[in-house]
Amino acid sequence: MDETRRDPEAILSELRLQQKSKLTIFLGAVAGVGKTYAMLQTARERLTHGTDVVIGWVDTHGRAETEALVRGLPIIPRGKVEYRGITIEELDLDAILERKPQLVIVDELAHTNVPGSRHHRRYQDVQELLDAGISVYTTLNIQHIESLNDVVEQVTHVRVKETVPDSFVASADRLQLVDIPADALIRRVQEGKVYMPHLAGEALANFFREGNINALRELALRFAAQRVDHELTDYRERHRIKSPWPAGEKVLACIGPSPYGIRVLRAAKRLADSLKADFIVMHVSNPNFKEREEDRANLSENVKLATELGAEVVGVTDSDVSRVILEQAVDRNVTQIVLGHPLHSRLREWLKGNVVNRVISGSKGISVHVIPGESEQEVKVPPKRQRRTAVYPKLDDFAVILALLIGVTVLCKATGDFFDLTDVAMLYLLPVLYAGARSGIVVSIVTSVVSVLAFDLLFVPPLYHITVEDAHYVITFAVFMLVGITTGFIASRLRGQVDKTESAMTRTAILYDLSKELAAISQVEEFATTVTREVSRALGSDTVLYLRDADSQPRLFSANNDLSLIAEDKAEKAVAAWAFEHGQEAGAGTETLPGAKGIYVPLVLEGSTLGVLGVQATDEFMEDLQGKMDLLLAIRGLATLALNKLLLSLASQHVRNLEESERLRNALFNSVSHELRTPLSSIMGAVTSLTNPESTFTPDERDALLLTIEKGAARMNRLVRNLLDMARLQSGSFQLNTVWCDLQDVIGVAIGEFSDELQERVVETAVETGLPLIKADFELLVQVLSNLVDNAIKYSAPGSGIKITARSDEDAVLLMVDDRGRGVPDEDKLRIFEKFYRLKAPGLEQGTGLGLSISKAIVEAHGGEIGVEDNQPAGSRFVVRLPVEKLATEDLLIEGQSGA
Amino acid sequence: MSKSAQDGARILVVDDEPEIRKLLEVALGAHGFEVITASTGREGIEQTALEKPDVVVLDLGLPDVDGQKVVESIRAWSMVPIIILSVREQESDKVRALDAGANDYVTKPFNMAELMARIRVALRHLVAGQTTPIVEAGELRIDLSSRLVTVSGREVNLTKTEYELLKNLAVNAGKVMTHRQLLELVWGPEYTSDTQYLRVYIGQLRKKLECDPSRPALIITEPAVGYRLVASDGKPAPGAC
Repeated sequence: MDETRRDPEAILSELRLQQKSKLTIFLGAVAGVGKTYAMLQTARERLTHGTDVVIGWVDTHGRAETEALVRGLPIIPRGKVEYRGITIEELDLDAILERKPQLVIVDELAHTNVPGSRHHRRYQDVQELLDAGISVYTTLNIQHIESLNDVVEQVTHVRVKETVPDSFVASADRLQLVDIPADALIRRVQEGKVYMPHLAGEALANFFREGNINALRELALRFAAQRVDHELTDYRERHRIKSPWPAGEKVLACIGPSPYGIRVLRAAKRLADSLKADFIVMHVSNPNFKEREEDRANLSENVKLATELGAEVVGVTDSDVSRVILEQAVDRNVTQIVLGHPLHSRLREWLKGNVVNRVISGSKGISVHVIPGESEQEVKVPPKRQRRTAVYPKLDDFAVILALLIGVTVLCKATGDFFDLTDVAMLYLLPVLYAGARSGIVVSIVTSVVSVLAFDLLFVPPLYHITVEDAHYVITFAVFMLVGITTGFIASRLRGQVDKTESAMTRTAILYDLSKELAAISQVEEFATTVTREVSRALGSDTVLYLRDADSQPRLFSANNDLSLIAEDKAEKAVAAWAFEHGQEAGAGTETLPGAKGIYVPLVLEGSTLGVLGVQATDEFMEDLQGKMDLLLAIRGLATLALNKLLLSLASQHVRNLEESERLRNALFNSVSHELRTPLSSIMGAVTSLTNPESTFTPDERDALLLTIEKGAARMNRLVRNLLDMARLQSGSFQLNTVWCDLQDVIGVAIGEFSDELQERVVETAVETGLPLIKADFELLVQVLSNLVDNAIKYSAPGSGIKITARSDEDAVLLMVDDRGRGVPDEDKLRIFEKFYRLKAPGLEQGTGLGLSISKAIVEAHGGEIGVEDNQPAGSRFVVRLPVEKLATEDLLIEGQSGA
Repeated sequence: MSKSAQDGARILVVDDEPEIRKLLEVALGAHGFEVITASTGREGIEQTALEKPDVVVLDLGLPDVDGQKVVESIRAWSMVPIIILSVREQESDKVRALDAGANDYVTKPFNMAELMARIRVALRHLVAGQTTPIVEAGELRIDLSSRLVTVSGREVNLTKTEYELLKNLAVNAGKVMTHRQLLELVWGPEYTSDTQYLRVYIGQLRKKLECDPSRPALIITEPAVGYRLVASDGKPAPGAC
């Protein structure tokens, strides 16, 4: 169904390709690169290979080499068109059509015909030739390609009016690029090989400058490269290769919190697409810049878009943005960097430098594309609550600063003249340093003032006075201030970095733990409870998870707290339902239904909503809305992927189960039809014999027939019982009716069922004395044992002995049935416990193949194991191992042996 | 065809399957019973009141009334022995019907000889009452008046509880006793769900009375229902070692 079906258009165009007529375009950057020359050369080769080649139109521009090539090729004379009294030569289309060569050379594809010609444009003539089954060689300069027209104009400032539609060029079967280096071309122009000598000077000055030529060459090369790329795509299409071919190019887009990031991303995406390149998006947070609320919102918008565009998103925290960009680019073999041009004032650029310039200067071979940041409508960001970012100095720090100040003062005063003034000044720096490091710039300035004053008043003579001579302590004061400010600045920067790293690490840890937990989950219910539990723990809010049910409706699957507001409230369910239906975020802090008590984010994958994750918007949550949202969205992403993986694996499990049940159904059908018919036939045969009025039986014969009926009925009864048991064990409602069981009793009942069959056999039972009671379903245990005994009877020779043993083994009891039959081959030792598996050996009585599988199911339902091993010297031994639950002895009220 | 106490006894068969009614009519009639039939629970209760049968054979899968309800409504005014017919999947219904006062049960598909034996036991209990001081089962002999238990003439020493248990089985010899009934009679009404006592004491009794406790011939386990002391009516003597 999902087989790679091909587009009919693609098949048609391929069919056209296989037709005879082919269009070959010799593409050049500018005139003079040797297109016509190359074309004629190729044509001559074809001629020598026997192709019927004619020249329809060639402009030799008086070039000798070209004219030499024309010689020897058959030429169809040019047609003549009268226009305003002048006779102008044009391609003689009809003559060519009549001549019907295999290949015709028509130079200058972009040519415009004289009015009055059949077609307005020469490419239309070419089309007609192609349609008539004549292959065409033609030439074209890059500037004539319609889509490149503008670009060429920008490069050369010459507007070219004659353009050929891209679609026509694209329809060419072969595109042959003719290229020569710029200096070679210029030399050719100078030598008069391109234009007639009298025109060469002007052409050189106006057009054939190296820069122009190279720009046009690049365009031509790129155009050809794209064409090659399309051919690759076509090749893949034809050969149904779906996976992309490895691309050498990598595009790295760098975004920040600017709303223009969107432009950068789009441009980078276009570039990546055109290059078939890997697309990486990096955002660098600079710990030195205080992020504003809208910055974070913008950034997360940008990251969201990047993800939607299919980019690999990398987040880095570093203060040196340009260095980090370049490092990443080199590490990842990036070939193209796309940057936005920041909208900073010139002053700021002059002061702080410019990331773009630094990236460009350090790019070393990596192309850097700069997208201007102007003229796009400013992206509106919904007003969101401001987050308090300022950190107030703590009271403890004030105490320490004060203590330091007093300490220094006391120390210096107490030691008298031990310290000279310089030392004292130095010591007074200590509190300033501390303040700077711990309490920010403001406090450090205040501390500087206090320190300087204290120093001046208490130590600089005259003491306790501020005098004019003290003016030179302004220097000291300035140094103090500088130290304080610098320290404060460095410290706050460090702190910022540490904070960011810490929060990033916590986030990473949460996500890592969650992803590990989710990876191990195999049930949707477990997934739901894990997600709500982990989210509520990570975000400190009550959490709910809705998942899509069988009717594609959101159903509340799990809540970490069933009584929480968001789990209980009907209105909240409606918000969740909206988020589910629209696949968009809704609730508090979003643009939809912001009055809700919870925030609901949908789990969307490939356009379909798998569920909705809801978190109660507590005050604490709203305080740090952006931070919490970021984490919530990250978890959402993780959960979506995990859920999708889980659903896929469940779906494949489901398919496997269906296949398995189909197999079982067939086996069941075969088994039942055989097993029911056999006894039924014997019963009906016996009964009809007895009821036949003509038959005369002796009493012994009658008894034999009646016994046949009885045995057939018993066999059918066993089968029905087995089938019903199997059905019961498989139905979800199956429950063990556990009671305390005495294994000896179990053995007794099981043997009792076979009293007839066991008459001629020796059945040895060995029950260990003091064997504990076990908690089990008595009847089911009896059934396990009877199945084993039944097998022992079936698969061992009549009259051979059977032994049943029950003994304890550590914290379990073993129940063993030994027979002296032919045993179970090793390769069947596991399979005999499968449904409908029967030992295939001649002369064996056929069972239903259900007994052992039922026994296995029963034993496993009791938490036990069943297996078969070889009995010594012959036969098999079936071993059932059942766990023992300790029965408290006081429960048993065993009395002493008093006389009755 | 033995023609003894049960001769002419009237048996009511309540079953919604015509084939089963027909079969029992023929088979029981051949043993000299008078058979009347009913196809629904209500009709069964009615017939019990009107025809005063000696034994009621009651199918548990009746379409109109739950078997337990039928037993309860009959027991409200009659002590007529009721024998339950049930399929294997109706274990809990069977036990409830027995606890509600039904005398015995036979599992479908049943062996006609087994049904006959149950009917005979029921009739005997009906005729003899519970006054017989001596109960015999194979080599086991219980003298209820002197509390003497012997196997093959050899006295067996039983604890008080063991004796109580055996006595209650013996008084109802041939008839199934549910776990609940035995626990209530021996240990008291508060022990009716402690089946582990029964398991242990039945095990002990078997060790003392049976010659192979793994193949008991005297005290028979009725899985999921209870125990039965075999009745020694005309059967070859079990329990002889």
